Amino acid sequence: MSDLLSFLGGLDLQELWGIVWLSLWVSAAALMLATAIALPLAALLALRRFPGRDAVINTLHTFMGLPPVVVGLFLYLLLSRQGLLGFLSLLYTPGAMVLAQTILAWPIVASLAHAAIVNVDPVIRQAAVTLGATPRQQAVTIIKEARYGIISAIMAGFGRANAEVGAVLIVGGNIAGYTRVMTTAIALETDKGNFELGIVLGIILLALALLANLALRRLQRRGRGAGLEMSSWA
Amino acid sequence: MGYSFWLKTWMAGLMLTLMLAGVKAAAETIHLRCASTTSTENSGLFKYLLPIFEKKTGIHVDVVAVGTGAAIEIGKRGDADMLMVHAKAQELQAVQEGYFVNRHDLMYNDFVIIGPAGDPLQIKGLTSAVDAFKKIYAAGGPFVSRGDKSGTNVKELALWKAAGLDPKGKPWYLEVGQGMEKTQRLANEKRAYTLSDRGTWLATKDKDRLEMQIVLEGDPSLFNQYGVMVVNPEKHPQVKYKEAMTFINWLTSPEGQQTIAAFRDAHGNQLFIPNAK
Repeated sequence: MSDLLSFLGGLDLQELWGIVWLSLWVSAAALMLATAIALPLAALLALRRFPGRDAVINTLHTFMGLPPVVVGLFLYLLLSRQGLLGFLSLLYTPGAMVLAQTILAWPIVASLAHAAIVNVDPVIRQAAVTLGATPRQQAVTIIKEARYGIISAIMAGFGRANAEVGAVLIVGGNIAGYTRVMTTAIALETDKGNFELGIVLGIILLALALLANLALRRLQRRGRGAGLEMSSWA
Repeated sequence: MGYSFWLKTWMAGLMLTLMLAGVKAAAETIHLRCASTTSTENSGLFKYLLPIFEKKTGIHVDVVAVGTGAAIEIGKRGDADMLMVHAKAQELQAVQEGYFVNRHDLMYNDFVIIGPAGDPLQIKGLTSAVDAFKKIYAAGGPFVSRGDKSGTNVKELALWKAAGLDPKGKPWYLEVGQGMEKTQRLANEKRAYTLSDRGTWLATKDKDRLEMQIVLEGDPSLFNQYGVMVVNPEKHPQVKYKEAMTFINWLTSPEGQQTIAAFRDAHGNQLFIPNAK
């Protein structure tokens, strides 16, 4: 432990804890917002046919590759005092970072969730129809069937949000004790030439990602177990 | 496991997260936002200075460290309250344009010309960096250049320009594209001259067993002047002008200046020399 602490150099434990905590809650908030936007859209795209649907799906797939620096710059201009949303005073706050991560994560969650729902065996829907399900009940059944893939989609979204550095650096400002998260701290330490500390922080970040994924995996397994009960839509 | 369960869990999670965000935001004291440069932040100066200032005044300073150009732009847009940067010409121009007020010189750090321990070109004794560069050019160096568009590199190129010389492409002029420490080591191996910053030189000369010495220092053209200024409150009414002035007045006061002078880097070297008037 003392070896680890000596690696931390100028960073004290309280500071480190603050950085870890901020990383976690910013990513968690972004992920929840992203999921709230992405899941209804994914369901709509998978279950309904409407004009322009293909265009929306293509756009979504393109947005999966949004360059974080571009999103950061775009948000910066939007949130700046001179920008459209300048009156919100959001620039250089954790709120702005949540927004940036949400923008980056939701297309991934939506695309992958859409794919998961589309891939549900059509037999399921037919069976539901045969059993007299209303369209709403059919939709619920299909989405339930796709939950394993949907949780994978959420995991991928968390990865994107948590690993992001370019956008949160621009809109968060990497302010010590206020908007400094794991990734921006690593960038800063690398800049300073403190490579050991950068690696230690990287390992902590990976450990966090592992914990978050384990939690989501648990959910995933439980979801699968529930599926076996063939719980009805009634 | 019904869907309402997951929905409720999810909603509760969202609420909790947003509440935590709210609580954190509410618990905050006055935040003064200072845009500065990465090299200033990396030196550790803020980490040393800000707690002393906060203890005295209760004002918490948030530092956004970016490139010099970005820092000035952020200030012009009103996204910071004040600036601490080191680009005097650009600062004065921005003040002239009405974006900033109350600019003060604060402190400087400096570059040094280092060369082989024996100083074969006899640079020692010269007082002007430009003259030293002329002598190095005439003798055919060798000279090692960072070649990476860093602040040190930019300063070096400006000195060549001031000397009216262009060493680019000369066989004795080595552009290495590396950091300062590696550049020094290379210069040591090649028995060459190079331009370094005092902080790196002091921190690494013993560790890297450099058989080199400072051959020229103290020429004002090697100074890297730092300045502070406030965003013009007439352009951006939300600027925390009073708090920014409290900070600037403290920095430029005898007490603030002594505090800056007492700052030491991890190797015990003084990096900044206060020179507020």
